[in-house]
Amino acid sequence: MTMAPEETETEVPEGHVKLIVDGEEVIAPKGELLIRTAERLGTVIPRFCDHPLLDPAGACRQCLVEVEMGGRPMPKPQASCTMTVADGMVVKTQRTSPVADKAQQGVMELLLINHPLDCPVCDKGGECPLQNQAMAHGRASSRFVDTKRTFPKPLPISSQVLLDRERCVLCQRCTRFSAQIAGDPFIELLERGVHQQVGTAETAAVFSGTPAPEPSDMASKTSSGAPFQSYFSGNTIQICPVGALTSAAYRFRSRPFDLVSSPSVCEHCSSGCAERTDFRRGKVMRRLAGDDPDVNEEWICDKGRFAFRYAAASDRIRKPLVRDAKTGELVETSWTEALRVAADALSKARDARGAAVLTGGRLTVEDAYAYSKFARIALRTNDIDFRARAHSAEELDFLAGVVGTTPDHVSFAAIERAPTVLCVAIEPEDEAPIVFLRLRKAALKHSTKVVHVGQWTTSSVRKTNGELLACEPGGEAAALDGIAQHAKDLDAGLAEAGAVILLGERAAEVVGLFSAVQRLAERTGAKVAWIPRRAGERGALEAGAAPTLLPGGAAVSDADARAALESAWRLDAGVLPSSPGRDTTGILWAAATGDLDALVVGGIDPDDLPDPALARKALAAAGFVLSMEMRPSAVTEHADVVLPIATVDEKSGRFLNWEGRPRPFTVTLEGTNALPDCRVLDTLAVEMDADLFTQTPQASFADFERAVSAGRSVVRETNGSGTAEHSRPHAGESNGNGKLKLATWRQLIDEGSLQAGEPHLAGTARTAVVRLSAATARDHGIEPGEHATVSTERGELTLPAEIADLPDGVVWVPARSPVSIRTALGVGHGGAVSLSGGTA
Amino acid sequence: MGMFDPLKGFGVTFSTMFKKVVTEQYPEDYYPTAPRYHGRHQLNRHPDGLEKCVGCELCAWACPADAIFVEGGDNTEEARYSPGERYGLDYQINYLRCIGCGLCIEACPTRSLTMVNFYELADDDRQKLIYTKEDLMAPLLPGMEQPPHPMRLGESEQDYYVHGPELARGRGVPSGETVETSVEEAIQ
Ligand code: SF4
Ligand code: SF4
Ligand code: SF4
Ligand code: SF4
Ligand code: FES
Repeated sequence: MTMAPEETETEVPEGHVKLIVDGEEVIAPKGELLIRTAERLGTVIPRFCDHPLLDPAGACRQCLVEVEMGGRPMPKPQASCTMTVADGMVVKTQRTSPVADKAQQGVMELLLINHPLDCPVCDKGGECPLQNQAMAHGRASSRFVDTKRTFPKPLPISSQVLLDRERCVLCQRCTRFSAQIAGDPFIELLERGVHQQVGTAETAAVFSGTPAPEPSDMASKTSSGAPFQSYFSGNTIQICPVGALTSAAYRFRSRPFDLVSSPSVCEHCSSGCAERTDFRRGKVMRRLAGDDPDVNEEWICDKGRFAFRYAAASDRIRKPLVRDAKTGELVETSWTEALRVAADALSKARDARGAAVLTGGRLTVEDAYAYSKFARIALRTNDIDFRARAHSAEELDFLAGVVGTTPDHVSFAAIERAPTVLCVAIEPEDEAPIVFLRLRKAALKHSTKVVHVGQWTTSSVRKTNGELLACEPGGEAAALDGIAQHAKDLDAGLAEAGAVILLGERAAEVVGLFSAVQRLAERTGAKVAWIPRRAGERGALEAGAAPTLLPGGAAVSDADARAALESAWRLDAGVLPSSPGRDTTGILWAAATGDLDALVVGGIDPDDLPDPALARKALAAAGFVLSMEMRPSAVTEHADVVLPIATVDEKSGRFLNWEGRPRPFTVTLEGTNALPDCRVLDTLAVEMDADLFTQTPQASFADFERAVSAGRSVVRETNGSGTAEHSRPHAGESNGNGKLKLATWRQLIDEGSLQAGEPHLAGTARTAVVRLSAATARDHGIEPGEHATVSTERGELTLPAEIADLPDGVVWVPARSPVSIRTALGVGHGGAVSLSGGTA
Repeated sequence: MGMFDPLKGFGVTFSTMFKKVVTEQYPEDYYPTAPRYHGRHQLNRHPDGLEKCVGCELCAWACPADAIFVEGGDNTEEARYSPGERYGLDYQINYLRCIGCGLCIEACPTRSLTMVNFYELADDDRQKLIYTKEDLMAPLLPGMEQPPHPMRLGESEQDYYVHGPELARGRGVPSGETVETSVEEAIQ
């Protein structure tokens, strides 16, 4: 893409054309839209419907320019957002052509005819493309004197999006986003002529005059009458060029000039989306999608956009708490006192039966590293695990091979280019929404073949034009092994260059799946990417917050690696613990049975753990529990000392997304005095006579890099790649008398602790249902629409039943509905359950 | 230098002694300002008592001294403070910053914000000089009702903006009196 304004005879490279824009000669790649060519020259043509990531529509006609082809001018001005460049074209924008300028002013006048005088009460005011372009390309006064068309407003089209049809300029950005990007039926163009409007079946019924129906009636239906449950609808608010679609959560909260914007990174999933956080007077008002073509393009999911209120919750813990020995209550105290109590108790536990660390999945690399180092040198143990979810020893072996991979291995772009993508034990839309959007883009734009190994045709399967390789929960490994015989075309597809296998967190619940994936990858040459659900997992893995791995990924049993790390950490030789530590379940088991004296717990919800009952028992039984938390939780209930920590808005750091791409961010809210985990641990370690050198995230990261490069300098011991026979993880332990198998995973929007305090977001959560096949329902006497009860010896769960194409003898239940399925039933994915018709 | 010169200087003094005094005995006596003096701000009401402010923040935007803070709120059917969708939930003017320029008045799209002649904006406590919505709201005149309450003068906000003055007559506001600015004595 070069332009050569000076030279008269420029060479036109292959695949390019030469044209003249506003008297300047330009070389443009074939197929480029005129509006972009002009943009490169610094001329901004006004536009509403044009969006670089959506297909051209030519809907608003605001971008008219004068075009001359082969010496003959076109009879009328042309829309520059739909016309591509051609050799010898002469284009005149509003800069040089009075005709184009007049045409643009005319279109603007037409757009404003029915536009309300709402700017003072409109949430878009101050950042409104219509306001701005009307000032730049509109006439100062209108010739329209009649009554404007009005609609009742605002109408909620979901609990988080409000529609004002009077302000809509019918650009179709929202409808194209729904159709082309998200694939969810959202809103559509309805009616014709002067009545044309965007909306849903319900909003169309609300025409002028009739009173608005109860919002609850409309909030949940799309134009096809299906319940409205898009995970991406917030993006339409951001791309709507007027205030026709506004956010219920941000309604009237501030004006753009009040806001200070800070680039940030989403803390909710492992995609690591670039975001923009806007705050006013120390309080976050909204989050918007940032533009990062390598990662999230310009989209984010609704969780990333709306779930930030937890940080401003009134119950935030701001001061250290210590449990009063007499009353048994947590009381506020000074940092000095709390740290002394914690350090004394942890030192004592370390010198007795030991202390262990559970970090949780929401840490930055810097914080995870501090936990990792704290465990090794302050607690002198390898008992540390970041996996606050179902996990297995087999997974740990596999993860040793994941450490250190970068986007060069598999990236978002690689997914988009891949000829075939196999999704194993992952529901991309729920677990990694941006991966889902890329998969969908790949399928739609590049005809990528997407195959899902799962239980039923989920929306991820449908919207990626995918194919379902159905298997029983727990049977995923066998299904992969069967590909060679039963799915020859898939086998061939995976053997093509660039084919990718995506593996989700649920893989840890399926015995033998990791080795099956590795076998498949070795045989076909496909690349494997591990996509954890939570933002901190990949970074914690890299930081060595795992029982068998040191920072950088060397095995703890590797003496050379330990020696290298000892010298990097300036420790005496041989002080690092050499035996592999316990994993999460092992730690909890040990704490519950008195084999461990103390627990250091980061952001963990016991309900996420494979056995919540064991976790609660462990927390209650452990002699000392240190909780590093932001808000009261099930862990703080049992904690002896609670140390408050900073949220992502209040600290700097970096996440490592699933690609292994660092996602650094800076402090958004300065001066809150909230301390990041790494700082708290550093001070605590000093009290225990150990130096972590993690006073700040910067220091922590520098130390982390030293440790990693020290580890790299020694040859890494090869880690077992699924050779060992692994026992079934605790979670899947069946209770024998169950007749059906359970499939389950967490949906994107549920009762997660980082989604607290946001009712508008919660309103778009998918309804919790029990899914089962028609035959299974019939066998158990369950009619569709009735309730079904799923039970084990532990307990039962009653939810509405829905028929789906599951294998017979399998039921699917969301992992939070809203109660944790593990708490209610004590089983996870692949577990055995019984089924009966339930009462409503 | 003549012999009377030293006394000449006193001429001005002596002659002034017999003229009318111009010193104003403030604060013992209170003197009204010119009618269009830029004094304290006031947030006006519609004739039925609903607030005119829509919380648009245009005044805050216009203010060169950054003296105004506004945050909008959402009117509901249960609690309505202004006609239409939006009202001023939080409104503060910091008189330590205000320079009395009146640009905010020009910016206000609803004529909610005006200035009255009250000028005693001094205090020994900084906190007291941040006037909140309660301090700035115009007093309730006859026929007005303390919000929140439903729209009494019409179906929609259009009625308020288009037919405001006629509707006000219907509510008993005497003709010749503006509904926007209350009588100055009301403030004293
Ligand atoms: S969409 Fe823009 S132009 Fe229209 S009322 Fe809102 S701010 Fe004003
Ligand atoms: S609602 Fe907004 S994005 Fe959708 S068509 Fe109207 S103006 Fe365009
Ligand atoms: S009078 Fe001037 S300085 Fe005072 S609040 Fe209004 S705009 Fe600001
Ligand atoms: S006083 Fe006027 S300009 Fe200020 S927020 Fe209220 S309506 Fe808007
Ligand atoms: S931007 Fe070209 S028609 Fe809308």
